[in-house]
Amino acid sequence: MTELAKTPLHGLHVELGAKMVPFAGYDMPVQYPMGVLKEHLHTRAAAGLFDVSHMGQVILSGPSWEAVALAFEALVPMDVLGLEDGRQRYGLFTNDAGGIEDDLMFARRGDDLFVVVNAACKTEDVARMRAGLPDEITVTELTDRALIALQGPKAAAVIEDQDARAAEMRFMDVADLALCGHAVWASRSGYTGEDGFEISVAADEAETLLRSLLTHHGVAPIGLGARDSLRLEAGLCLYGHDIDAMTGPVEAGLTWSVQKMRRAGGARAGGFPGADVVLDAFANGVARKRVGLRPEGRAPMREGVQLFDAKEGGAQIGTVTSGGFGPTVEGPVAMGYVTTEHAEVGTRIWGEVRGKRLAVDVAALPFVPANFKR
Amino acid sequence: MKFTEEHEWLREEDGLMVVGITSHAAEQLGDVVFVELPDDGITVSKDDEVVVIESVKAASDILAPVDGEIVEVNSALTDNPGMVNEDPQGEAWFFKMSVSDASQMDEFMDEAGYQKFIA
Repeated sequence: MTELAKTPLHGLHVELGAKMVPFAGYDMPVQYPMGVLKEHLHTRAAAGLFDVSHMGQVILSGPSWEAVALAFEALVPMDVLGLEDGRQRYGLFTNDAGGIEDDLMFARRGDDLFVVVNAACKTEDVARMRAGLPDEITVTELTDRALIALQGPKAAAVIEDQDARAAEMRFMDVADLALCGHAVWASRSGYTGEDGFEISVAADEAETLLRSLLTHHGVAPIGLGARDSLRLEAGLCLYGHDIDAMTGPVEAGLTWSVQKMRRAGGARAGGFPGADVVLDAFANGVARKRVGLRPEGRAPMREGVQLFDAKEGGAQIGTVTSGGFGPTVEGPVAMGYVTTEHAEVGTRIWGEVRGKRLAVDVAALPFVPANFKR
Repeated sequence: MKFTEEHEWLREEDGLMVVGITSHAAEQLGDVVFVELPDDGITVSKDDEVVVIESVKAASDILAPVDGEIVEVNSALTDNPGMVNEDPQGEAWFFKMSVSDASQMDEFMDEAGYQKFIA
């Protein structure tokens, strides 16, 4: 077994009493002494501080913004060129079969594109960008920066207290801020469904910044356990589970992320890997869809639970891809894929848990209303 | 109180064995969010899976520690699974059972033995 990598905040996690687990090749905090349930509820009520430094941070630069944006559009079905300076978008790397190779955030910083990708995919993503972008585009992986997230209804007050410019940021804005004496790149976004910020900071300043933020009233460190239940309640996909190389943007319910510009009839329609398959899915529909699932009882339906169209007999019509207990919902919540004819909200289906078919209803996502600053 | 290697505790009460999981086990499981209890009156054999516990992390089973009959279950846990974390070795017992063969109890540890076992 290869040794696990450590983020620049590893020592602080251990000092704070975190339980560390392997995740995407890193030794990461799954929970702190507060525990997953309370960490989840704390984030929804106050402010949770997450270390997401395992994620990949990449800068794409070139002769002009247009050159960078149009080059990147060859890899993603998103409108990149139309992104205004200081704005961020959600994106997907697609493959030739129209499946999703990774999901990502990309932000315009002047003429550069700042891309944040999943930890487990970052090596492949960097290689994909190096191979798929023309020579005039430079791909720089920022291995000397940490990434943290401050999420929850009290996050804004903490950040604005440090830098008043943060008050003007709306959801998916990015800006350079000064936090506790550190120059950071902030985006008003996150992975919890709450208002908050993701903050890129020099690796050697990250621990000092985190210690300063943790002194603020209402700020507590939150582990990967609560990060997962928070994103699940928010209806957000986890790559490798809810989306993967075998699922496309239409099946995944991520059509909103593919701007009209890149769809059939748009000015820059197609031109990304698997465009024929993805555009066909837009035009002709798909056989299955990602849906929210709300089990009727209290038993969680976890990843891998098979879904059926009848309490007894019948046919398998889908599978759970993420599931567990939603602390804010105060009950089990899940996501999965079902055949399109069963994808309508309110459809009663059954999930097989320990050999028993338990009732579960197709439900609207998110389970907890988003609390973004629009 | 006696302890098993499966991190259960057994306490004798009115001729029955009251069974729960240890504080150590509860801490390892994390926040418990679901408990599925057996029907009372069923006959069980040692190592039968009789209770399902799900925490925020994963599902696990509680095994019957000995042969016998489940006489009573703690249905309060169904509505309030969090009791397992709050008071694992007290209020949050899972079931009471009669013991068919008391000699099966001989291998269980006392408190000091269990503490050594988990150290």
